[in-house]
Amino acid sequence: MNGAEAVVESLKREGVKHIFGISGGAALPLYDALVQPTAKDITNILVRHEQAAAHMAEGYARSSGRVGVCIATSGPGATNLVTGIADSVLDSTPLVAITGQVATRVIGTDAFQESDIIGITMPIVKHSFQPRSPDEIPWMIKAAFHIASTGRPGPVLVDMPKDISEAKLKEFIYPEEVHLRGYKVTREAASADIEKAAELVDKAKKPLLYVGGGLVSTDAHNELLALVDKIEAPVTTTLMGRGAFPDSHPMCLNMLGMHGTAYANWAVRDCDLLIALGVRFDDRVTGNLARFAPNAKVIHVEIDPAEIHKNRYAEVAIQADAKDALKKLHDAVKPAKHPEWRQQVLQWKEEQPLRYKKDGTLKPQYILQELADITRGEAILTTDVGQHQMWAAQYYPFNRPRQFLTSGGLGTMGFGLPAALGAKFANPDQEVWLVSGDGSFQMHLQELATSMIYQKPVKIALFNNQHLGMVKQWQDMFYGERYSGVQLKNVPNFKKLAEAYGAVGITVNKPEEVRPAMEKAREVDDRTVLIDFHYDPKEHVYPMIPSGMSVDEMRLQPDE
Amino acid sequence: MSNNPHSVKNGNGSLRKHTISVLVENKPGVLARVSSLFARRGFNIASLAVSSTEDSEISRMTIVTQGDEGHLEQVIKQLNKLIDVITILDHTEDDLISREVALVKVHATVDNRSEIMQLATVFRGEVVSLSPREETMILEVTGEEDKIEAFLESLSKFKVIEMVRTGKIALVRGKRMT
Ligand SMILES: Cc1cc2nc3c(=O)[nH]c(=O)nc-3n(C[C@H](O)[C@H](O)[C@H](O)COP(=O)(O)OP(=O)(O)OC[C@H]3O[C@@H](n4cnc5c(N)ncnc54)[C@H](O)[C@@H]3O)c2cc1C
Ligand SMILES: Cc1ncc(C[n+]2csc(CCOP(=O)(O)OP(=O)(O)O)c2C)c(N)n1
Repeated sequence: MNGAEAVVESLKREGVKHIFGISGGAALPLYDALVQPTAKDITNILVRHEQAAAHMAEGYARSSGRVGVCIATSGPGATNLVTGIADSVLDSTPLVAITGQVATRVIGTDAFQESDIIGITMPIVKHSFQPRSPDEIPWMIKAAFHIASTGRPGPVLVDMPKDISEAKLKEFIYPEEVHLRGYKVTREAASADIEKAAELVDKAKKPLLYVGGGLVSTDAHNELLALVDKIEAPVTTTLMGRGAFPDSHPMCLNMLGMHGTAYANWAVRDCDLLIALGVRFDDRVTGNLARFAPNAKVIHVEIDPAEIHKNRYAEVAIQADAKDALKKLHDAVKPAKHPEWRQQVLQWKEEQPLRYKKDGTLKPQYILQELADITRGEAILTTDVGQHQMWAAQYYPFNRPRQFLTSGGLGTMGFGLPAALGAKFANPDQEVWLVSGDGSFQMHLQELATSMIYQKPVKIALFNNQHLGMVKQWQDMFYGERYSGVQLKNVPNFKKLAEAYGAVGITVNKPEEVRPAMEKAREVDDRTVLIDFHYDPKEHVYPMIPSGMSVDEMRLQPDE
Repeated sequence: MSNNPHSVKNGNGSLRKHTISVLVENKPGVLARVSSLFARRGFNIASLAVSSTEDSEISRMTIVTQGDEGHLEQVIKQLNKLIDVITILDHTEDDLISREVALVKVHATVDNRSEIMQLATVFRGEVVSLSPREETMILEVTGEEDKIEAFLESLSKFKVIEMVRTGKIALVRGKRMT
């Protein structure tokens, strides 16, 4: 067995079923190992761009909870992965990226297609490995999966020099477990911390739960529901936490933050206890930190010690897996009712719901309401980045975790289509919709080919406002409507583009065409369908708390 | 300045110098990981010394960083996230024995040579090289940071040609490990 075969055998031992990538010189031994009969359980998916391979692996991982795997050759292949790796580190996604590398004897000589990918990615990986002997490989792959998937999940890079891929192992022994003395994960919540937290919960008059991506990654939604029902507290989720708590629950306040609902942000302003679960007090959530939840004590449940007290001091910090902490907290608190607080929150919800101007023209929010209705809120939704992303987060009702896949921390345009395909590979029986913008979609539309060739049909709702809409919105609001580099000018013809790939294309201009187009899209089950929705670029996302400000400066949908 | 009364990170603590010992795996690339982390997070390194230890698989980095308590807390927590970092000890409250070494090349003529040598003696320094024809002299002094500073300060009235100085190394007095 050579090094490359050892990599593939190790992937098998880790239960890997799909890997996404593109080959090349330094990756040839790895690709050769992937066509051996022993590798038949692993589907090797040829994509059209390595960045898309990384996003596919991310979509795969986030929708399934398993580690995503992508592969690229040395040099340009490896550097094309960089944005995907950065995306996965900021959104705490478990990813193993395997890159080819030039042979060890020429590393450092500017050899053909050599790039120091270990050095380039150092600030954006959880860890990286480069074996110097084929016998190190089984241990390294085991360690890579262990590090990527435990604690705070994240990307691990394994850089494979070509000569190491080709060299023979003495013996393949796959370790049962790996011991890394510099890597310890605390999963269990300390009972002293739970007691202190329970005391605060029992005393609170206006508790609010602020829930994020960490809760999704540990699948603790049932534990969350149990706690909420016991203490009758409202819940708001971050963009990354959408789906961790069902929107159908009366105590659900939808998203908080810059484009969060007015009622969620008001609840943050007035709460006297903020129970923060698997969140990192991102600036898109807090705005001006000094004025974020100014009346509240904070309980912060967080697996990564470095997040605790990073942006906001926590009166009680529980460094643990949110699932364990929630179970224990549930048992430790007294049942409670907060009728006045509940009443207040419900009243805000009624007074200031999400709304938009209905004037007979096609509105992006309406498209999402129709989509929610026709799919009964059950589809897996991925998005790109921009206005359409915010509307999707606001208007689509999420009722289970891993249903909404979006690029939050890095905000990577182009994430959506590959992520949708990754989700479809992991969940072939589920309906997967991509909500994209005409700007973002053009960053990775080449993956339409991958969807057709591997028969992974997804539905694409293209929100076409002929602009880089979110940037235009900022130029409208803060730069005196001086449009600079935001006009996309209605090129290309997306219907024809879809057809060129063998997909179905539909163009929609009017509200009454929305439903029939979606019905038609849902009838097609053997091909990807793209619906090109054209609407007015003047539409803005509301509410909006301008960057660095607080809820007092929140701008609501103008009434006109 | 603090923009958040609660935040530890932005707390208005004093800008103290903190010495930390970082025990790391003795593997290629570890120094790069540590320095990349300091660069990326905007942490400052006032001094850094890397050395072997009594265990050949472990290296020790002695790092001096300046900042308030919140800064130090983040430095330690972020370093701890590096897989190759085994343990970190914060010596802010420790009774430390610490040393730095400085080598200083000064212009020394027949006239001021003995004055310079006398000065070195005061700091228990040594003359480690003397080139009368080229009128240079190299002095070595070992000690805590303050002493080195004072030595350099008193040398400043002479013509210093070049100077090199190690990072700080330190061990905790007594049984407690560093
Ligand atoms: C255009 C745009 C606009 C945006 N606007 C908003 C907005 O209005 N509102 C908003 O909320 N976001 C918004 N975002 C997203 C924002 O940038 C952040 O990505 C997001 O707020 C972070 O979510 P989070 O706090 O849930 O943390 P995540 O990034 O999801 O991180 C999860 C946290 O949980 C921890 N964790 C992981 N596993 C566990 C576990 N098992 N147990 C306990 N803890 C765990 C991790 O260590 C981490 O700290 C926007 C993004 C874009 C691109
Ligand atoms: C790769 C990348 N480049 C630039 C940006 C900055 N950016 C954020 S939103 C946006 C506009 C997105 O336009 P579109 O995809 O059409 O979505 P819309 O806002 O119009 O819904 C841009 C350019 C980004 N987030 N990602």
